[in-house]
Amino acid sequence: MIIKNLTVRFGAFTAVDDVTLEIPQGAIVGLVGESGSGKSTLAKAVTGLVPYRGEITGADPRRIQMVFQNPYASLDPRMTVGASVGEGLRLPRAERQAEVERLLSLVSLPATLAGRYPRELSGGMRQRVAIARALGARPELLVADEITSALDVSVQGAVLNLVRSLREELGLSMLFISHNLAVVRYVADVVAVMHQGKLVETGPTEEVVGAPRHDYTRSLLEAVPRL
Amino acid sequence: MRHLLRTPAGLAGTVLVTAMVVLAVIGPPIWGAEAEHIDPAVILQGVSDAHPLGTDNLGRDILARVLVAGRLSLVLALLTTLIGAVAGVVLGALPSVLPRRGARLVTGTVNALVAFPSLLLAMFTAVISGLGARGAVLGIGVALAPGFARLTQTLAASVAGADYVAAARMLGVPRLRIMTRHVLPNIAEPLILNLTQALGSALLALAGMSFLGLGVQPPSFDWGRLLFDGFGRIYDTPAVALGPAVAVALAGIGFNLLGDALARAAARGNATVRAVPGAGAVPHEESEPDPEAVLEVRDLTVTFPGGVTPVRGLSLTIAPGEIVGLVGESGSGKSLTASAVGGLVPYPGEVTASRMRLCGNDLDDLTEQRRRKLLGTSLAMVFQDPMASLNPALRIGGQLAEVATVHQGATRAQAWERAVDRLDHVRIPEPARRARQHPHELSGGMRQRVVIAMGLMGTPRLIIADEPTTALDVTVQRQILRLLRQVTAETGAATLFISHDIAVVGELCHRVVVMYAGRVVEELPVERLATGAAHPYTRALVASLPDMETDRSQPLASIPGRQPAPAEVGPGCAFADRCELASERCAELPPLVPYGKAHRVACWEAS
Ligand SMILES: Nc1ncnc2c1ncn2[C@@H]1O[C@H](COP(=O)(O)OP(=O)(O)O)[C@@H](O)[C@H]1O
Ligand code: SF4
Ligand SMILES: [Mg+2]
Repeated sequence: MIIKNLTVRFGAFTAVDDVTLEIPQGAIVGLVGESGSGKSTLAKAVTGLVPYRGEITGADPRRIQMVFQNPYASLDPRMTVGASVGEGLRLPRAERQAEVERLLSLVSLPATLAGRYPRELSGGMRQRVAIARALGARPELLVADEITSALDVSVQGAVLNLVRSLREELGLSMLFISHNLAVVRYVADVVAVMHQGKLVETGPTEEVVGAPRHDYTRSLLEAVPRL
Repeated sequence: MRHLLRTPAGLAGTVLVTAMVVLAVIGPPIWGAEAEHIDPAVILQGVSDAHPLGTDNLGRDILARVLVAGRLSLVLALLTTLIGAVAGVVLGALPSVLPRRGARLVTGTVNALVAFPSLLLAMFTAVISGLGARGAVLGIGVALAPGFARLTQTLAASVAGADYVAAARMLGVPRLRIMTRHVLPNIAEPLILNLTQALGSALLALAGMSFLGLGVQPPSFDWGRLLFDGFGRIYDTPAVALGPAVAVALAGIGFNLLGDALARAAARGNATVRAVPGAGAVPHEESEPDPEAVLEVRDLTVTFPGGVTPVRGLSLTIAPGEIVGLVGESGSGKSLTASAVGGLVPYPGEVTASRMRLCGNDLDDLTEQRRRKLLGTSLAMVFQDPMASLNPALRIGGQLAEVATVHQGATRAQAWERAVDRLDHVRIPEPARRARQHPHELSGGMRQRVVIAMGLMGTPRLIIADEPTTALDVTVQRQILRLLRQVTAETGAATLFISHDIAVVGELCHRVVVMYAGRVVEELPVERLATGAAHPYTRALVASLPDMETDRSQPLASIPGRQPAPAEVGPGCAFADRCELASERCAELPPLVPYGKAHRVACWEAS
């Protein structure tokens, strides 16, 4: 999929400024930058949640899905896990249940979870449910917007492992957004650095992390907390 | 429900409304015949034993009529409210379903109707649809609708902005289904609360219409009609008018009280009330207080009704100039520990401790006033959301200056000068100009600096920072951490830094306290965190953290399962069902015991 000259304006303010970015088939592209740099707006444009100028080619818009940052806000508290995951499926009732079970097993959740409500689940489990719901649309591209930043470190690892296994097993392409460079470095093949609405640096992960060319990338790298 | 009955207002409302409902059910069968019984012998009588409220112009007993009229009054009020609610909810929900132009039209209409005087609207509708009960019900129902519409619109707009609605839209779920499956169920609760209050208003308004002769017409009668009939005689026999008037008033008050109480019970979850720290504290302590420590807490426990104990016997000591990091996953009790120290545990939480000393003072021994003064002058708190500490309506300089005028008795000019100086100190550019701005004009990082500056108006001895950088970017986070370190060094304050991010804690703090399910499981010098941690939970936390050197070809470590909720914590080690090393012994609680220098751990396998 290719994003070409994509621009999003809110009134006089330009949130995303002429961004061009390729997401190769089966690759994870990591998008880093501080909050307010336009990452989430770009994600929303790609998924059709905000209007934009520019072009997105090489993907069926209906097969682009998104997983949100806050797993406590992205599931309807009044719907069971099964109902949430099955909501977008256009299937007869009998087949739907089997499909929900298959989707839950894709994200390593037991089928028994289908009858539970989000409040009974931990943050990490909810995030898996949200991923399962998105996978139900058989996406060509999955946009993951800060999906681990509301999670505790102890469960973050499991979600990141899941992201990588989905790429390997389903050949899923992904736009993986995070402000945490260590996390992006771990999952992404390509890293794109965003600053004030513009892409300032793009390249293979090892190159960007190992030999950053832009000053802003360098300051991001320096700010990563270390034990 | 128990909360509802606990307040006098809630109790009164519940009793009144129950009584009204009972009356509506049993009134007509019991007193119906008497109310209709015409007796020419006792026309227009006053109060007597046979007729406690007198009789009307056909000799019918007025008390019986008041008791019977309850049913019609309540049923009409219910109908009216339903008409208002259904019309209002439909109007309010339409904008979320209609295409943009239709939505704008409906919103505009609702706005115009809300601005229109509701009494006029009611009269207008009632006159058009004809005098009588039907007109009154329709009229007042229509007058109630705009309020419901506005409420629905506001509530629906907030739900429509939720991520789960966006997710449903992306999956191609149609708008109408989003409305019925996601939006309406999630706004039902506040709407129902509003319905109760609207019932009270409808009842009063209907009585008013009948009283004006615009409502219920004879031979039917409701309370308003009885009032209308009795009003002419109010000077010679007041009881004939007072009976129905009291009934209307009681019912109206009942519904309003109940509605209020329901709303308050629903909002209870986020009420913040000061609790008394140390209530019921154990008076005798075994060890001597530490004279050096700024903060010394022993056996701190926080409980909520229903066996919920989020903090369990926590002990913590912080020396001047020391930065102690408190880590643990969310729900482990970090924030409540901080709240307990600041005396901010929300109602109905209960705090107990065998010792709670701040700057050499036993907080339990102080009077309420002196404790407040001590906390006000020596404790600075910084929260994740700086807006929790800032008043959006006031200028920044004024808010800082207030600290100095209240606690230090400075003049306003001196206080303002100090505020600007403090803003400059936390490196806010152009402090004099910023001081005249409002909080919303600043970025998140700048606001957090302002909160820190506020803490520096006095000379804080203890700084508690609860996830102060969680909402900030890495680059801004770094600046705030640097500022906290500098402030601690120059004031010699003790700092308690709370975070779920073990990497941040590792970078900033001198000593690390790890919490799990309300207890301290390990306490260690920061140098030992990366490689010398002894508790399986701490080790797993460290191992699951990706850094810039993590091997990308290996899966990341993670901990299966989840932390037990505060009501589920059992008698043994709370980590047992996630722990690889767990054995039978772990069914017993491991004590926190020394493990080398300045290091303590609570694990059977470590010690
Ligand atoms: N007002 C309250 N009533 C009941 N339980 C509460 C209340 N406040 C917090 N808790 C519970 O106490 C536990 C610890 O909360 P908290 O101190 O906020 O943890 P942390 O800061 O470590 O995330 C949580 O499970 C939370 O649900
Ligand atoms: S006490 Fe037992 S269960 Fe708890 S951490 Fe140690 S080994 Fe694991
Ligand atoms: Mg907290």
